[in-house]
This record gives sequence, C-alpha cells and structure tokens, in this order.
Amino acid sequence: MPVEVRLPTLLRPAVGGQPVVSVEGATIGDVLSNLQTAFPGIEGQLLTEDGSLHRFVNVYVNDDDVRYLDKLDTKVSEGDVISILPAVAGGTA
Amino acid sequence: METEGELLATSELRLERAHLVAMAAHCLSCYPEEGCGLLVGELSSGTVVEVHPTTNVAASSQLYTVDPLAHLRIDRAAEDSGLSVIGVFHSHTHTDPWPSPTDVGQAPDPAWHYVLVSLRHEVPSTRSYRIVDGNILEESVVVIGN
Repeated sequence: MPVEVRLPTLLRPAVGGQPVVSVEGATIGDVLSNLQTAFPGIEGQLLTEDGSLHRFVNVYVNDDDVRYLDKLDTKVSEGDVISILPAVAGGTA
Repeated sequence: METEGELLATSELRLERAHLVAMAAHCLSCYPEEGCGLLVGELSSGTVVEVHPTTNVAASSQLYTVDPLAHLRIDRAAEDSGLSVIGVFHSHTHTDPWPSPTDVGQAPDPAWHYVLVSLRHEVPSTRSYRIVDGNILEESVVVIGN
C-alpha cells in the first residue's frame, strides 16, 4: 500500500529533486526502510546504525509526531501523509 | 551543489526592514530566554517573504528548539504557496551574533540561511550565515523594499 512521503529540501537531491515520493509500507519503519532502499542516497540520514530514528529527524503521520505514537512501529493507512523534517535547534551553549 | 567559494561570493539574505524588526521584536519578547522562528521565502534567491516566530520549546537562555509541530504547519503552508522554509533565526541573549558550536553542529541544511539576533547590546544586532560541512560562512543581509 503506497503512502505519500513529503521530504525536506535537504533530502530532495537524493530523490531526483522531488518534494513528494510514493513509498510502500504498513508501518513507519517499513516506509523509511523502503525509502532508503529505493533512494540509497538517503541511507544514514533517517535511521541510525541500530535502526532507530535519528535524533535530529522528526517524522509525522499527518499531524502526529511518531515519537509520541508507536515510533517506527506506528501503522500507516492508505491516504496518510508522512512528513519528514529536520529538528531545528541550537543555542549559545 | 555550490562550492564553499561560490557560496562566499554569491550568498546573501534578502529581506524587508519589517522582517528585521519582527525578528528583533520576537527575540526581545522572549528575553531572557532565546527566541527563535522560521524564515519562509524563495530558496533560489535567498529572499524572505514571511517571518514566523515560533515557541522555543527548549525554554532556555542558552538553547533553542523550534516547536516541531509549528515547523510542520509552516512548512506545509509554505509548500502550498510555492515557497519553502529557507532558514531559521534565533537570539543570543548575552553574546555576539556568531554561530556557536551547538548552532554549527545542529544546523540541519546547508541550503538554509542561519540568522542570529544578538541582544548583547541595547540595539539588537542581526547577522546571517550559511553553515556548510561545519564551516561558517557569513553572508550579506540586503534590505529590499521600504
């Protein structure tokens, strides 16, 4: 079942410049894994070596941050929009 | 992808005076905590169209984190308008407007413009940078329009 994945500008060069791609998957983990397989240039930018979500990346199913759902086990349904955005942070410290 | 040399030679941030005022006003309103927000505009020309102050969910005088859900909504609205999030601004409450190691280490996108508003002195001071592969490249801030 394909879902729509909206990508940040940083990752678009790795998918031919597209802002949105269609990816198969029943969970967020499946979707991100299939995204990396389809576009190897993304590898390492979303998931860490141990397979968890990179701390500087936020992933949403519609309006919900998957960290507050079931993380990578969060189920996705047809029509869901997955958004990937960088965490934006810094400071003097 | 531009080389660092090309970035240094050509990069600039173009905005209206009202955008500078909006950023400084928001940062002052957040004092003594750091203030932050996102810049929406045209990535290709580095032109700011909208300034979006956001909540600093780190609620700190030394750190900032843009409210992630606000980022999502601002990003979607920008894309729907044919624009992009092109950068972020935040304040340094007691230091000069120069990116800290934390700013550099957490800069998410080399295409973005990183604006710093220093509140160290009575009049806020604003500078803009590109951060590419850990290197800091200061760029011109060009005031356009009225």
